[in-house]
Amino acid sequence: MSIDMQQFNAVFFEEVSEHLTNMESLLLDIDVDSPNLEDLNAIFRAAHSIKGGAGIFGFDDMTEVTHILETLLDKLRKEELLLTTEMIDAFLQAGDILAEQKAVHQEGGDTVDESKIKAVCLLLETLSADKITPTTTPETTTFSPHQADKNISFLTSMEEDITALLEELSQLGHLTQSMIVEGEFHKWQIFLTKTSASNEDLIDSISFLAEPESILIEDVITDPAQCFGLFEEADSQETDFGFFDEPDSEEQQGFGLFDDVEEKPVQTKESAFGLFSDEKITPKAVENTKEQDNDPRPYGFLDGREEKEVKNKKTLTVKRTANKASSTGETSIRVNTEKVDQLINQVGELVITQAMLMQISSELDPSEHDVLLNRLTQLERNTRDLQESVMSIRMMPISFVFGRFPRVVRDLSNKLNKKIELKMIGNETELDKGLVEKLADPLTHLIRNSIDHGIEMPEDRIANGKPETGTITLFAFYEGGNVVISISDDGAGLNREKIIEKALERGMELSDTISDSEVYQLIFSAGFSTAEKVTDVSGRGVGMDVVKRNIHSMGGQVDIHSEAGVGSTISIRLPLTLAILDGMSISVAGQIYIIPLTFISESLQPKAEDIKTINGKGKVVKVRGDYIPLLALHELFNIDTEVTQASDGILVLLENNNKKIALLVDQLEGQQQVVLKSLETNFHTVPCISGATIMGDGKVALILDIAGLVSESE
Amino acid sequence: MRDNKRENEAENSFISEMGSSDDNGYLTFTLGEEEYAIDILTVQEIRGYDAVTTIANMPDFIKGVVNLRGIIVPIVDMRIKFNLGDVTYNEMTVVIILNVANRVVGMVVDGVSDVISLNESQIKEAPEFGAILDTQYLKGLGVIDDRMLILIDIENLMTSKEMALVEALVE
Repeated sequence: MSIDMQQFNAVFFEEVSEHLTNMESLLLDIDVDSPNLEDLNAIFRAAHSIKGGAGIFGFDDMTEVTHILETLLDKLRKEELLLTTEMIDAFLQAGDILAEQKAVHQEGGDTVDESKIKAVCLLLETLSADKITPTTTPETTTFSPHQADKNISFLTSMEEDITALLEELSQLGHLTQSMIVEGEFHKWQIFLTKTSASNEDLIDSISFLAEPESILIEDVITDPAQCFGLFEEADSQETDFGFFDEPDSEEQQGFGLFDDVEEKPVQTKESAFGLFSDEKITPKAVENTKEQDNDPRPYGFLDGREEKEVKNKKTLTVKRTANKASSTGETSIRVNTEKVDQLINQVGELVITQAMLMQISSELDPSEHDVLLNRLTQLERNTRDLQESVMSIRMMPISFVFGRFPRVVRDLSNKLNKKIELKMIGNETELDKGLVEKLADPLTHLIRNSIDHGIEMPEDRIANGKPETGTITLFAFYEGGNVVISISDDGAGLNREKIIEKALERGMELSDTISDSEVYQLIFSAGFSTAEKVTDVSGRGVGMDVVKRNIHSMGGQVDIHSEAGVGSTISIRLPLTLAILDGMSISVAGQIYIIPLTFISESLQPKAEDIKTINGKGKVVKVRGDYIPLLALHELFNIDTEVTQASDGILVLLENNNKKIALLVDQLEGQQQVVLKSLETNFHTVPCISGATIMGDGKVALILDIAGLVSESE
Repeated sequence: MRDNKRENEAENSFISEMGSSDDNGYLTFTLGEEEYAIDILTVQEIRGYDAVTTIANMPDFIKGVVNLRGIIVPIVDMRIKFNLGDVTYNEMTVVIILNVANRVVGMVVDGVSDVISLNESQIKEAPEFGAILDTQYLKGLGVIDDRMLILIDIENLMTSKEMALVEALVE
């Protein structure tokens, strides 16, 4: 049986990311003083799912961290410990470590700093070792830890030192142990009394040292009312690790962990295969699970229906272990983006065909063909609807990026001893998946800037008559065909004088009448920083230029508004999707070219006397006192056209990287949104052309590469 | 725009009719007086020549790009490339859309004749040709009745430096 593990790994990584995000947002929302048990359970489940998956796929470092994380979480959800802020911090740190470890497994690269892992693990262990006498008496809660006596046996190899394990176990309950030598193994018999640890916990602890197949735990049930909780039971089946390696021979052995499981080999077998496909869920398996559930369970935190659902999922797919207790997990499917893009292409073609039909039909006599014309109108409406729906597949809510900022704000404001509240409006605003992913870095940078430079220290704020807590507002909304994302703070605002001073220091030439917005644009120049001291948060002057470049590469624009003492707002304006570009269509000798609108600063019809030649070669055009190099598109592309003099055509002023050129074209055709297509797919890159698009009449128009044109003029 | 659809469908039905397993199917086309044949499996479709967008500073045989149901496809004119036939563009001009090396490329020829099947015994080794077409792009000569077909290794030709269609080999 050959399984392409790569494929499963990818799914695992994706799920880990989901679980981590989920965990983090729950952790940030949780109320430390009275944590919601359901939230704690959800966090526990997330950690547990990661552990399960990591174990199966052999990412032992992740298993180790999650295990420790889980131990503490387990105590919390069983209310053996009370939640503290330190714990939340520790959990967040552990989440970061896991994310790093995941990244290492996924992309390769340096392994995560061992000492960092150790520090977090130690922190978690210390926290979970802090046994406190619960202030809430067990009677007040229905979730009191149940205690049981357990008979544990397992094999370890001769070399294994299990003192640490025994120590760990002895913390869980009263311990008596015995050991006999069996072949080349040590066989350990451990009797653990009054333990509240679940079988799953025990197995997890033991399996680090012992042969996983050999672990046998028997519950010595002293109280008939006590029985396995939801998790133990389900997890018992997860322990059949061995099935990947020796799917046939080891199957039975793997099942022999618990009596009740052994009796239902069919179901367990299905659970093993169910790892990879949900379709294996059969009514029979569900029934079996249900029967097994008949015992009264001490955990009452989920209603019966949900519980069953969780359990079914858990038994049947380890990787999906109850990550979502409700049905939300089933409302979406994963689809390859290529398939979506193909669909979008095909619908685009349909729209063009439909437009052609409309054009042909417009020549028909309306009275004779009214039925046909009616149907064509209907077709038009349907096509538009279809196009909209298809485009929306690629869209995802901006909350995917916004979701990470509460953490950023929390961490940074703690570090800088500032009090900051983050408001997020318009979480549900949707934009193209590709854009959402690319937005994360620039937005993080802007938020860090706002926290570090924008919001003042609490005492300064009070002195200035402002509320002690600063506010950063993230606001996303639609405007026309664009999405606008603004980051506002009620901080000190940009300091015009300081920026000008710095700019002059750096040898920039500024006119005396420079406007506020021009001053603010200066902070986007490379290496620019007005921070008096360089902190590890910001101030190195790297960043704003990168932010601007990133946003530009997405076809967007950045604007700044600021008022001293009141705050500043940075708005990012982006097209709804990466695949669509706002363009100006121009023509040379009848052929249409598209210029991305973001690069155009203006267009004008020059007077003949404004055109000057330099050294008899290059031409420049005088625009309001500035001389701008002139580039004639027909010369560059060797096209015969009637418009050879700049004064007969139109000059489009283009700006890239603070360099300007004036491009001579025959005429402007109009402004429109175009769908980007690659030339490279079937051809190769062409100098000064960044791509192509299909116009309404079905013809191909080329999109000019402005960066290429600007460097061409040099 | 797609008047040639019918022609295309006719070709397809023809293809499905032939099917003896030993033989390979070939699409034959003419350039000037000469008759060429290419592996039928490399042919995606046949269409008319229209709405080509020219690309600046390209060799003259690269006519430009067209929109083929949402994808951008380069068009090369074999008549210019091999200096055969009359280079005129009208409703009768035929473009063979090829699918070679995971790329879609359109090739203008004088005319498409038919689809034939040839078995090994009907394919003779190609003699040295001379300058027009390097023998490395030839599979041999196909002989069927008294026709002689020049069998082109179209994948090799289209990805060659000579055609300037593939990225790494440009410049």
